[in-house]
Amino acid sequence: MDTHMSPRQKLVVVGNGMAGMRTVDELLKRNPLKYDITVFGAEPHVNYDRIMLSSVLAGEKDLEQIVINPRSWYEENGIELITGDAVVSIDTTQRTVTSASGRVVAYDKLLLATGSRPIAPPVPGLDLPGVCAFRDIADVNTMIKASQTHKRAIVIGGGLLGLEAANGLLRRGMQVAVVHLMGTIMERQLDKAAAELLQRELDERGMNFFTNGQTEEIFGEGRVQGVRLADGREIPGDLVVLAIGIRPNIDLAKAAGLTINRGVEVGDDMRTSDPAIFAVGECVEHRGKTYGLVAPLWDMAKVCADHLAREDAVSDYVPAAMATRLKVTGIDVFSAGDFIGDETTEEVVFRDAARNTYKRLVLRDDKLVGAVLYGDAQDGGWYFQLLREGKPLGELRDTLIFGQAFATLASGAPAADPTAAVAALPDTAEICGCNGVCKGKILGAIAEHGLTTLDGVRARTKASASCGSCTPQVEQLLTLALGDGYAAKPAGEKPLCKCTSHSHDQVRQAIVAQELRTMPAVMGALGWTTPDGCHVCRPALNFYLLVAWPGEYVDDQQSRFVNERNHANIQKDGTYSVVPRMWGGLTTADELRAIADVVDKYAIPTVKVTGGQRIDLLGVTREQLPHVWKDLNDAGMVSGHAYGKALRTVKTCVGSEWCRFGTQDSTGMGVKLERMTWGSWHAHKVKLAVSGCPRNCAEATIKDFGVVAVDSGWELHVGGNGGIHVRATDLLCKVTTEEEVLEYCGAYLQLYREEARYLERTAPWLERVGLAHVKARIVDDEAGRKALHAKFLYAQKFSQDDPWAERAPGKAAAAPFRTLATVE
Amino acid sequence: MDNVGIESRWVEVGAVDDIPRQGARVVATPRGDVAVFRTLDDAVFALDDRCPHKGGPLSQGTVHGHAVTCPLHNWVIELDSGTARDPDEGCVNRIPVRVQDGRILLAMVA
Repeated sequence: MDTHMSPRQKLVVVGNGMAGMRTVDELLKRNPLKYDITVFGAEPHVNYDRIMLSSVLAGEKDLEQIVINPRSWYEENGIELITGDAVVSIDTTQRTVTSASGRVVAYDKLLLATGSRPIAPPVPGLDLPGVCAFRDIADVNTMIKASQTHKRAIVIGGGLLGLEAANGLLRRGMQVAVVHLMGTIMERQLDKAAAELLQRELDERGMNFFTNGQTEEIFGEGRVQGVRLADGREIPGDLVVLAIGIRPNIDLAKAAGLTINRGVEVGDDMRTSDPAIFAVGECVEHRGKTYGLVAPLWDMAKVCADHLAREDAVSDYVPAAMATRLKVTGIDVFSAGDFIGDETTEEVVFRDAARNTYKRLVLRDDKLVGAVLYGDAQDGGWYFQLLREGKPLGELRDTLIFGQAFATLASGAPAADPTAAVAALPDTAEICGCNGVCKGKILGAIAEHGLTTLDGVRARTKASASCGSCTPQVEQLLTLALGDGYAAKPAGEKPLCKCTSHSHDQVRQAIVAQELRTMPAVMGALGWTTPDGCHVCRPALNFYLLVAWPGEYVDDQQSRFVNERNHANIQKDGTYSVVPRMWGGLTTADELRAIADVVDKYAIPTVKVTGGQRIDLLGVTREQLPHVWKDLNDAGMVSGHAYGKALRTVKTCVGSEWCRFGTQDSTGMGVKLERMTWGSWHAHKVKLAVSGCPRNCAEATIKDFGVVAVDSGWELHVGGNGGIHVRATDLLCKVTTEEEVLEYCGAYLQLYREEARYLERTAPWLERVGLAHVKARIVDDEAGRKALHAKFLYAQKFSQDDPWAERAPGKAAAAPFRTLATVE
Repeated sequence: MDNVGIESRWVEVGAVDDIPRQGARVVATPRGDVAVFRTLDDAVFALDDRCPHKGGPLSQGTVHGHAVTCPLHNWVIELDSGTARDPDEGCVNRIPVRVQDGRILLAMVA
């Protein structure tokens, strides 16, 4: 075979980015043998998904997860990859390229995929340390590093990229200011109404907006210290991120004498003015337009690959309507097509202020030409499909604004099934806009390869593998294809466990609405399929009932996880750890002596100081537990609930009693908070902290409820945690008295108890319901706050009994800890 | 079939009411701890108190239906057969049980 083939041609690709490698990928599919391929990349990395840099910045993904093609891909396909060595010149007569290191490589065909460069504003100070763009891995590393050592960030540019940068920095605990030249943010992707909703929501998350802000100077000595605007406003900051836009990177093409304008000019076949040279991606200008979104790059890659593969190819690049989504967790924004409209268009608008949703559809001649969705962008894909099809809407127009599920229902088809929406789409409907994957291709891959997971679909088709916003639709396709064989829906909607089809929220609502007061009553009324539930639902139901009916519902010990049933933490060898409570982290010589005696008496192997300012005794056997507890009880100590979905600790610093910087008595405040909250049960563990000054030695800003003393009172922070995904708190409000701290804390914890899904910590709960909601209930609504606080205190009347004392040796409750019998 | 022959003997270990419904108690034997379970419908089962996965004490697990969930890693073990429920694989030794007049008897190897 080989001997009959014409010698391979030489393809050189300048640029190892998404557009270039997608073109190579498409070319390999069409004709894997035609070329020997060499790829030059200026960055020292393999090919990665630039779109996902904002997820890396936000801490949702790491760098390995955004690699598109690992080194092995290049090797398997016989591609020579040269990273960290940029091409500096092209000789179009000799057909060679020369790299920075002096390497000269000949080509038959050359592909330019040099991408774009961030636009820098023409102001002084761009060279200061702490100023960066948001374009590549190096920029993201600069930003992450700055977030670890500095507090205040300024993002210049309130477009898609700027807001994703700002969100990432906010998630990393920085204070973030956004400077935007226009009056409203994201004006290229959103109309004014949606932009205002977005700005308000981001403002509530803690972003400070400076709209109509023209940057005049970036100032600082040794490192950036802030930004000065033309109107005189000055914003302090230790990190400045430039995100005002991108400009095609055309230097190389220009020097080579190719025809350029704003970008490298290409025809419909993606060929430049030199027929041996092609160009794709953000560096090109096609019919006067340049591109910064990913979907058109994929289309260009296909057309370019066609022409590289066959000299006689006829495909043309035709720009299609584009859609955008903002990748900010918990915010759903979508826009597509001509969403502004003109005098020839009509619009249909739907607004629900209470649910914070807004939809605007733009119609021309009975066809959908544009859409903006805010708050609920689920139907984005459907609208985009209608928009691209461009068919007359007819009767659909009447119900169009209510979304696909309703419109389908109104048309007479049964649509109660949530998958009905995707089921109704034709096979050609595009599901994944980033990678141009249609419904038929996904269903085909599921059937052909027996796929059962989202990751499987991502691996085979690349659908949902880039920005991830089509994940719900891909999951619905999996459900459609596999039926009950696929079960991975969002936490709130999926059944609580295999015993029921009801979700956490539905069960909770039913408990209150139908006044279900016992576990059998819940299981009976809601049609549980098992006689007595399972290890997943029973602890959840026990908690929900405890919160709904305090003082009345009898806590079911057999439905509690071992740690809460045995009031100690089970370890890998089946022994337990015991942690006595130390109020606000305070202890005494007597307590320490008693602990030391217990350690000696029961030969406890390990004693450890915990992160919550207490002492952990590890390696206690089940039978020893009641005896160890009794000895600790006798010395005045009680259970620290270190084992429970409960109030754990209140960490404090020494505060104004001893500290030179302390402004308030943080230790005393911590003890009062712990006295009020100990023994309370929650959806997950709850940790508090009180710091005596803004130096925050008690780390209050990564706690579920953190208090930071300032001269004039107390700042209350909520929704933080350490753990796998560190989340810094949001500022709830500032109060002046200790009584207020207690009232706000009790009310906040009660709200969390009433709204969180079992095993949902305050951080994900807060992100789900939104800070605005919590502020409205706790800060703005004084009567509501007092009522919540009163409910919390009432429930505490029934939960503040020391579980250790109740299980003292000899008492009936201690029986389960004893061995029933010993057989010789 | 439970092999209760000449090598085994029935040993009384306590009353059914000593074990909470949906709970278990531990019986110490020369061959190691045995977990004796009582289900919601008052059936009594006995298994070695060691999960086939990592040896977790099944007696401290959550009892639901005729199964127990191990407290260490949530393996679900069928009480009547001692086998792990899908997708986990493994089996724990089962001890024959008899209930007479509210007393629990285990078949112990002599």
